[in-house]
Amino acid sequence: MIQVLKIADKTFSSRLFIGTGKFGSTASMEEALLASESELVTVALKRIDTAIRQEDALLNHLQHAHVNLLPNTSGARTAQEALFAAELAREALETNWLKLEIHPDPKYLMPDPIETLTAAEELVKRGFIVLPYCHADPVLCKRLEEVGVAAVMPLGAPIGTNQGLSTLSMLEIIIDQAKVPVVVDAGIGAPSHAAQAMEIGADAVLVNTAIATSAHPKQMAIAFKQAIIAGRLAFEVGLPSRNVNAEASSPLTSFLTFS
Amino acid sequence: MFTEVFQQYSWTVEKQSIYDKNLRDVEIALAKTKRTYEDFKALISPAAVPFLEDMARLSFLETQKRFGKTIQLYAPLYLSNECQNICTYCGFSLDNKIPRKTLTAIELLQEIAALKQMGFQHVLLVTGEAQQTVGMDYFRKVLPLVKRHFAHISMEVQPLDQDDYKELLQLGVNTILVYQETYHAQEYKQHHPKGKKSNFRYRLETPDRIGLAGLYKIGLGVLLGLDDWRTDSAFTALHLQYLEKQYWKTRFSISFPRLRPHAGGLVPKSIISDRELAQLIMAWRLFNNEVDLSMSTRENNHFRNNIIKLGITSISAGSKTNPGGYAVATKSLEQFEIDDKRPVHEFVEIIRQAGYDPVWKDWDSVLLA
Repeated sequence: MIQVLKIADKTFSSRLFIGTGKFGSTASMEEALLASESELVTVALKRIDTAIRQEDALLNHLQHAHVNLLPNTSGARTAQEALFAAELAREALETNWLKLEIHPDPKYLMPDPIETLTAAEELVKRGFIVLPYCHADPVLCKRLEEVGVAAVMPLGAPIGTNQGLSTLSMLEIIIDQAKVPVVVDAGIGAPSHAAQAMEIGADAVLVNTAIATSAHPKQMAIAFKQAIIAGRLAFEVGLPSRNVNAEASSPLTSFLTFS
Repeated sequence: MFTEVFQQYSWTVEKQSIYDKNLRDVEIALAKTKRTYEDFKALISPAAVPFLEDMARLSFLETQKRFGKTIQLYAPLYLSNECQNICTYCGFSLDNKIPRKTLTAIELLQEIAALKQMGFQHVLLVTGEAQQTVGMDYFRKVLPLVKRHFAHISMEVQPLDQDDYKELLQLGVNTILVYQETYHAQEYKQHHPKGKKSNFRYRLETPDRIGLAGLYKIGLGVLLGLDDWRTDSAFTALHLQYLEKQYWKTRFSISFPRLRPHAGGLVPKSIISDRELAQLIMAWRLFNNEVDLSMSTRENNHFRNNIIKLGITSISAGSKTNPGGYAVATKSLEQFEIDDKRPVHEFVEIIRQAGYDPVWKDWDSVLLA
C-alpha cells in the first residue's frame, strides 16, 4: 500500500522502528513488536549478555525471520567507547548494522555531535551500516551523510519526553536536503506525532517509550502502525496545500488582461 | 568544590524553612513540571503529608516515563569489615569487639561464584576504612578478578584522592558511592570522633574528587536518623544540584539508609517512619526525574514490595552484609541487620508480578575501554 523503504542493502515494508527498552517484560515487548509489524528493532548492547548470547532473554524474544536487529551503543560517552561497543555488537549479534548513540550527558541524553561525526566516519570505514542518532541539525546531518552513513536519525524532541516534533522546522530542512533516509528518533509520544513525521516526508520513525510504558503496549503498537501508514500514504499522494489568505475579491492582476 | 556552596547555607535556617512550608507551597510544587530546591523542601515537609497519594501518582508516572517498567538489580559484596574509624552507629566501628575479616583472592572468587549463580551482573563492593590492609594495593589485586565476572562494578569505599579514583576507573569501576552520613558538621564530629573519617570537609568534597576523576556514576545519601532527616535530605538535594552542573557527564544515584539496630546500639535522633520514607523517595523523583533511586535490604518485605512502583529504579536482593556471607560463611559480623531476607529469585518474582522487568545487566565493561 505504501512504498517500500530502502536503507543500505535492506528493504522494509514497515516504516515503524521499535526500541526494546522500558517494557515491563520481554514477553510484552515481543507481543508489541509482532503487533507493530516492525522489521527493525534496536537493542542496547549493554543490555545483552554477550557471553551467553544463546540464553539471553531479550535476544530470544527477538528471533523472528522478519525482524532485523539494530544494535545500539547506548552508554558510550565518546567516539572511542562507541567503537569498542560497535565491534562487540557486530561480533555478538552477527550484524554490521549499528545505531550510533553517543550521549555524554546522562541527564538529558543529548547526542554529542562532534564525537558522533568522528565515530561515524571511522565506523563506515570499518564496514558498518551506520544509523546515527543526532540533533535535528541540518548541517550535521549533511556532514554525516558525507562520511557515508546509511540514514540519519535526528531527534524530534528530547528522548523519553513524548513531546512530539518540537524540532519540526529543522526536521523539514533535513528532509528537504537529505540524500539518505531520515528516521525521526526520540520524543514521539503519540501516534499523531508519528503521522505528522510521515506527512512531512520522514522515511521512518523510531518509537520506544510511548509503546513500552503504555498500559497496553500491544494496542499502542497497532495504533502507531496505523498512524504511520496513514501519514505516509497522505505524503505519497500529496497533502492539499494550505492557503493562509482568502482570495482577494478583485484579483490584483486583473488589469493585465486588458493589455 | 561543594564546600563553597555549602558555606552559603545554614542548617538552622534550612531546617526552619522546611518546617515553615504550608499547604499552598506543596500545591504549587505539585502543579509544576520542573521543580526547584524550594519545591523539594515543600514536598519533604510535614505539610505535604496530606498529598502522599498525589505524590505517589506523579512519581509512578515520572519514573515510568524515564526508566520504563524496569527495576535494576544489584548485590553488595563485602570485601572486608576491618576499619580504623569509630562511627557510633556502625557494626564495623573500630571499638566494636568483633572478629575481623578481609577476603583473600580465593575467598573472593567463591563469593563471586555464589553471586553469579544467583544471576547478578552488577556488584557493589563494600569495605570499611583500613588503608593498610584494604587500600589501593588490595583493590589492584582484587578488581581484575571481579571485572572478569561482572558487567557493572560499583564500590562503596573509604574516601580516596582523585588519582586513586582515576585508577579505580581504569581498573573497571563504574560507580562510587559515598554517603555524607549527615550534613550537620557538629553532629558529624560527634558520630565520627576518630579516624580519617572525622574530617568533615574531606568527606564533603569526596563527590567532587570522584567527578573530577571521571567516574560514570556517583551515589549520594545520608544516614537517615543521625540528625533531622528532612534537613539532611535538603542538603543532599543542594549537593546533587551542584554536582549535576559541575560534572555534567556523570550520573547520580540517591540511597536511603535508615539507622538500624546493630551491635553498637545507637538510638536514632530523628526516626523516619515508613510513610515518611515513601514521601522522601517520591519527593526525590518529583524533584529530579533522571536520578537513580536505590533501595537496600535494610527495609522490610512489605515496604520493598510496594515501593518499587513509586520511584525506585535500582534494588538489591538476597544480600549479605558480612565479608564471606554468600559462600565462605565465616562468622564475621554483618554491618547492619538485613530485614528482607528473601532469596533473590523470590524477590525477582515480586518484581515481575508488579509488572516490571527485572534488569540484571545494563552496562558492559567494553564501554570502559
